[in-house]
Amino acid sequence: MKPKFLIGGGMILAAVFYLIFSATTASAERFMTVDEMLAETPEIVGDSLRITGAVIGDTIQYDPDTLTLTFEIAHAPADFKEIEEQGGLAKVLYDAVHDPTRARVKVIYIGVKPDLLRTEAQAIMTGTLDENGVFHATELLLKCPTRYEQALPEQTTQP
Amino acid sequence: MIVEFGYGVLVLSFLVTVYSGVAAVYGVRKKSASWVESARRAQLLTFPLISISSLVLIYLLVNNHFEVSFAYEVTSLSMPAYLKITAWWGGQAGSMLFWSWLLSMFTSLVTLRKWDRDIEFLPWVILVSAVTLTFFLGMIVFFENPFSRFWLVNGNVVESMFQPVAATIFRPEDGRGLNPLLRHPGMVIHPPMLYLGFVSYVIPYAFAMAALITGRTDDRWIRITRRWSLWAWLFLSFGLVLGGRWAYDVLGWGGYWGWDPVEIAAFMPWLTGTAFLHSVMIQEKRGMLKQWNMVLIILTYSLVIFGTFLTRSGVLSSVHSFANSPIGPFFMGFVTLTLVVSVWLVIKRWNELRSETEMKSMLSREALFLLNNLLFISILVVCFWGVIYPLISELVSGQKVTVGPPYYERATGPLFAGLLFLMAIAPFSAWGHSTLQTLGRAVWKSILASLVLTFILFFTYTQNLYALIGFFLVALALFATTHEFYRGALARQKTQNENFFTALSNLMMRNRRRYGGYIIHISMALMAIGILGIELFQKETQGTVAQGESLIVGEYRVEYRELASWGVQSDGVNYTRAVLDIYENGIYLGQLYPRIDYFYDAEQTMTIPGQRSTFRDDLYILLVDWQPVSNSGATFKIYVNPLVNWMWIGSLVFLVGIIFAAWPDKDPEAVSARVKKSVSQTSAAD
Repeated sequence: MKPKFLIGGGMILAAVFYLIFSATTASAERFMTVDEMLAETPEIVGDSLRITGAVIGDTIQYDPDTLTLTFEIAHAPADFKEIEEQGGLAKVLYDAVHDPTRARVKVIYIGVKPDLLRTEAQAIMTGTLDENGVFHATELLLKCPTRYEQALPEQTTQP
Repeated sequence: MIVEFGYGVLVLSFLVTVYSGVAAVYGVRKKSASWVESARRAQLLTFPLISISSLVLIYLLVNNHFEVSFAYEVTSLSMPAYLKITAWWGGQAGSMLFWSWLLSMFTSLVTLRKWDRDIEFLPWVILVSAVTLTFFLGMIVFFENPFSRFWLVNGNVVESMFQPVAATIFRPEDGRGLNPLLRHPGMVIHPPMLYLGFVSYVIPYAFAMAALITGRTDDRWIRITRRWSLWAWLFLSFGLVLGGRWAYDVLGWGGYWGWDPVEIAAFMPWLTGTAFLHSVMIQEKRGMLKQWNMVLIILTYSLVIFGTFLTRSGVLSSVHSFANSPIGPFFMGFVTLTLVVSVWLVIKRWNELRSETEMKSMLSREALFLLNNLLFISILVVCFWGVIYPLISELVSGQKVTVGPPYYERATGPLFAGLLFLMAIAPFSAWGHSTLQTLGRAVWKSILASLVLTFILFFTYTQNLYALIGFFLVALALFATTHEFYRGALARQKTQNENFFTALSNLMMRNRRRYGGYIIHISMALMAIGILGIELFQKETQGTVAQGESLIVGEYRVEYRELASWGVQSDGVNYTRAVLDIYENGIYLGQLYPRIDYFYDAEQTMTIPGQRSTFRDDLYILLVDWQPVSNSGATFKIYVNPLVNWMWIGSLVFLVGIIFAAWPDKDPEAVSARVKKSVSQTSAAD
């Protein structure tokens, strides 16, 4: 290899590293559960965050005139090991929604109501927390695991 | 009975696969051709066995055998028969069976080829595919069994393959059915396309490993598997495009690519596969980059296994859930193991894989190909970093930090731009040596034409700097590639005394891979137009309107006429459809019908956009909500996606190009000999 190739390759590598570094710092968002977020409030008010929680079906409200979607999420663990220990994602979400002692956060999202938004869905949202404790989501992703009650079919025929 | 039969055949195929691998190695050890032949026959047996097992599964799916938990998960009474068949790959267990079926089919095709010249590869190719197949079949047989059933024990429902003590079979009245979002033609073809691509890459990998093990490290393995890698690349690319089209038509967010981990998982093997496609040419023509090619095919294989797992493990949005499955650790273990063994083999043969010639000029064809490879791998690194960043940040700082689409767009944008530029100039550089002068002389016309076009766009269409750079590069790639066709045909016209079009078609037919490649380059530039359009110029509006009222976006006026709701019991779906009149600058264009489907069995809605596509832009309208009683007001979200149609036009051109390049000649052996000869004769023109 001639030195000019090494220099050229080195420059490209440096450029790629710079690209990755600058893009990472510019768009990194902390990923938190509801409890983690509330523990660091108010320090993180206004920061760009990515939070996760279980959607509580009764709280879903949609105003089509303004395309304003509001709902509450309950704290649910996001760590894989923790979820497995507590019986899987479906069960964790089910428990989160049916446990009134869990911390909850109100979410506001402007846009089209997603097809997958329903109770016991796992919501993953990007946005910011305001000083009143309301989370303003700019991006809303939903995951519906097999619902806990339905993980096994209900018994429909009596023996 | 039939369930046990299907499972029994599956277990048998597992054992036969294990045997074929063991017999192949034993045959090599004992230098016994009959053992290798026995391995070969065992390998050939796996295909009919897995086919039978798959047919049993399809039978269970089609005939509503909901006592089988897989059938319960992915089918329901209301699904039409064709969807029940495709439910085969609608869940993890079934799709792994589908994967195994494809692999045993492809390996059988390879096993049946003429082996005279490369018989030493045969046992190792069998071994590598047997190891892969053993892994997948093992996962199915022991952990993700599609034949597992529901049983009633003391009033409780349990899931098990075999009858527990004092249990009776339990058959739910209806299944849960495929997620409505997946009941779409695009989603019916998309996974098998992706899988065809994934599985095809096992074959070049198997030959690469065979070459490393036997020490026959010339480019024979590349020549044998050239067509496999091309077809693999075709299917993978088309699978990705179909996935995008499905997202655009079904997911209702006005886009086709969201940089989520699942998409990236399918995109990463495409990146290494594309780099591989380019760099093998350097090895064939110049005897360089042998080590690099090995690394690329190993990476592709590992990413394929990784991607198979990621795309089917229920990961839709969570950055952490790719371990969210009992088989996750096994997959990671298998990928690590194969990676370590492969890399060890490469290191062992490192010296034999040295380049035959040294790279001299920075602007030579081979140097630019190398640069192209670097860019593809850089994009891979960007993607991989984005996917694992949350894990790394957690290790380093204890905080989970994620990166979203802006990260990928920002970091890959310049790299894609670099690729477009290379695509334009690389065909003009010569093998061995090029200078700025010779290159400049070849491309200055294209550069000038692109600059002129960019200026016109600046005054008429956009002043956005990124868009102008993008359009300049696209134009350069298009002009330069077309110029390359023209230049070649002109040269041939002179030397062969043919008219221009005969010369052009002869030129293309004689150099199919090369000109097929250029057609693909054109298609990529066209797709880039679509990407620029939707990324930079998307317009949107939304609002609630009463009947007869309009929404306005850009030059379009959308007037709400009426709305109807009806249920079709046999489909299990309730449809709500709006009728809209579309006007552009006051001229009536026609009607669009955005709708919302409600699926009773899944208790889920599905938003289907109304779309109108032209070369200039797409009008993309979503029905968001409606007033149920009066039917008078309804809410719409409207996107205008400029130029996005070029994305799909480009993908059709792409298909033409790759089929042109990969279409089998009568006798591959004869052709490769002929190509070799003609290359040495016309290397100056190359």
